[in-house]
Amino acid sequence: MIDGVIALYIFMLAAFTGYEVISRVPVILHTPLMSGSNFVHGIVLVGAMVALASADSTLARVIGVAGVFLAAGNAVGGYVVTERMLQMFVKAGRRKSESA
Amino acid sequence: MSGATFSTQTLLQLSYLVAAALFIVGLKRMSSPLTAVSGVRWAGVGMLLATVVTLAFMGASPENLALVIGAVVVGGALAWVSGKRVAMTNMPQMIALYNGMGGGAAAAIAAVELYRGDAPNATHLTIALIGGFIGSVSFSGSLIAFGKLQGLITRSVRFGGQKVVNLAILIATLVLGASIVVAAHDSLQMVSAFFVMALLLGIAMTLPIGGADMPVVISLYNALTGLAVGFEGFVLDNAAMIIAGTVVGAAGTLLTQLMAKAMNRSLGNVLFANFGESGSSGTGGVTGTQKAIEAADAGVMLAFSQKVIVVPGYGMAVAQAQHKVWELCQLLIEHGVQVRFAIHPVAGRMPGHMNVLLAEAGVPYELIADLDEINAEFETADVALIIGANDVVNPDARNNRQSPIYGMPILNADKAKNVVVIKRGQGQGFSGIDNALFVLDQTRMLYGDAQGAAGQLIQAVKAAG
Repeated sequence: MIDGVIALYIFMLAAFTGYEVISRVPVILHTPLMSGSNFVHGIVLVGAMVALASADSTLARVIGVAGVFLAAGNAVGGYVVTERMLQMFVKAGRRKSESA
Repeated sequence: MSGATFSTQTLLQLSYLVAAALFIVGLKRMSSPLTAVSGVRWAGVGMLLATVVTLAFMGASPENLALVIGAVVVGGALAWVSGKRVAMTNMPQMIALYNGMGGGAAAAIAAVELYRGDAPNATHLTIALIGGFIGSVSFSGSLIAFGKLQGLITRSVRFGGQKVVNLAILIATLVLGASIVVAAHDSLQMVSAFFVMALLLGIAMTLPIGGADMPVVISLYNALTGLAVGFEGFVLDNAAMIIAGTVVGAAGTLLTQLMAKAMNRSLGNVLFANFGESGSSGTGGVTGTQKAIEAADAGVMLAFSQKVIVVPGYGMAVAQAQHKVWELCQLLIEHGVQVRFAIHPVAGRMPGHMNVLLAEAGVPYELIADLDEINAEFETADVALIIGANDVVNPDARNNRQSPIYGMPILNADKAKNVVVIKRGQGQGFSGIDNALFVLDQTRMLYGDAQGAAGQLIQAVKAAG
């Protein structure tokens, strides 16, 4: 068990980190970054897996399967669309340097 | 070497620590164009590590393990295929969909914990409930946002007393939650009612919000999902979830604020004062008629200009016209015309949406300017070519105090010598507000979808020599 006060410290430091990481981002990256952070909370997958692993009733298994299914969609889908979007910036940059 | 035998628990925790670090580094790298792709890959490595180690050491029974693997494979495969196939223009609603799934997963974790009914203490129970509540709202709200952007839900449902109804649902949810904690009424029915109310709230909150505000709403739900994940991380003692969830919660909140600020709207305004309510009366200020132009004439006008500023909007995205538009611009550049793209911070359905599309078409960065850079240049432009943009060039935002979008920073396209607007029809834009730009003396309307119109303009410019 993570001690209550320690947990609050983790919470506080993580909140500042999130704020700081984003604070100087150019507008053109807002959508990819939203998508990227959407991918990052896909970590809920590990929690959903643990919840399903500990399921001991049919109800818990049904909800657990739904949870893992949704979480996997969040993680995988979030990764795929973020990478596709960011790839375009790479391509645009490369074409620019070739023409230069 | 007595300490060398790690328990599996330690191994799990260490892998979560590494994953959390990779997420933060990844997000940091994603905030600069040069390192962005490597950023998402770093975060991906973190995710893979945490998932694989969890799968290996979570100690599930064979049946449960089979269920876990099955759900991961099916959910992951569906998301992989849909994510690979979706057109760039439909990205915003896919983000909404995947985000909703994350919120739903957080709510599911809470549900499993609550139905089991063996929470060690009230704090534990409360945190699980809060995470479940936020996750449920984010889940159903994101699905509504997805439906709206995908065109499955075409109108914004509004009725008198809506705010009262929403408030009633919120209070009911909170009372249910409180009685579960205080009176330990954690029966199946109570917990189920709690989740149903929370899901209803997400639907009721999102239905009245107009499409123009959807980017802000999706961003808000993204932050909420992050928070829900963080809360469920506390419930499960999972540091990776606490850190990643909270980082996203904070980053998402900041991103939401940046977006709302770019639209000159406060978050409360977006959520509780719907555009349409005052929008219906916002038609008052606009009088005059729209004057049409043929593509051939518009093509000549463009070809003999010295400077053209292109203002793309959602219409360009819908018509998938970015490639044609860039082809047109390259042709103009060959003619010696100076071409620039002006991007409003909230053009399209999300900030940066237009930049992604133009990058896809291969438009170099240096031709693309944002609002602050370009606004002074409209006065020296011969033509402002508006392609499927509407509210972001509406001079009423500057001049008409009655207008619902008064005060929103706009691109000063009305200052250009000529304005050519490519638009599908004479109707209003997404926000349902009339546009004073369209009836100005120097404005000509080129009716048609952006892709077709750009094609016609290409022919016309070629014909013009």
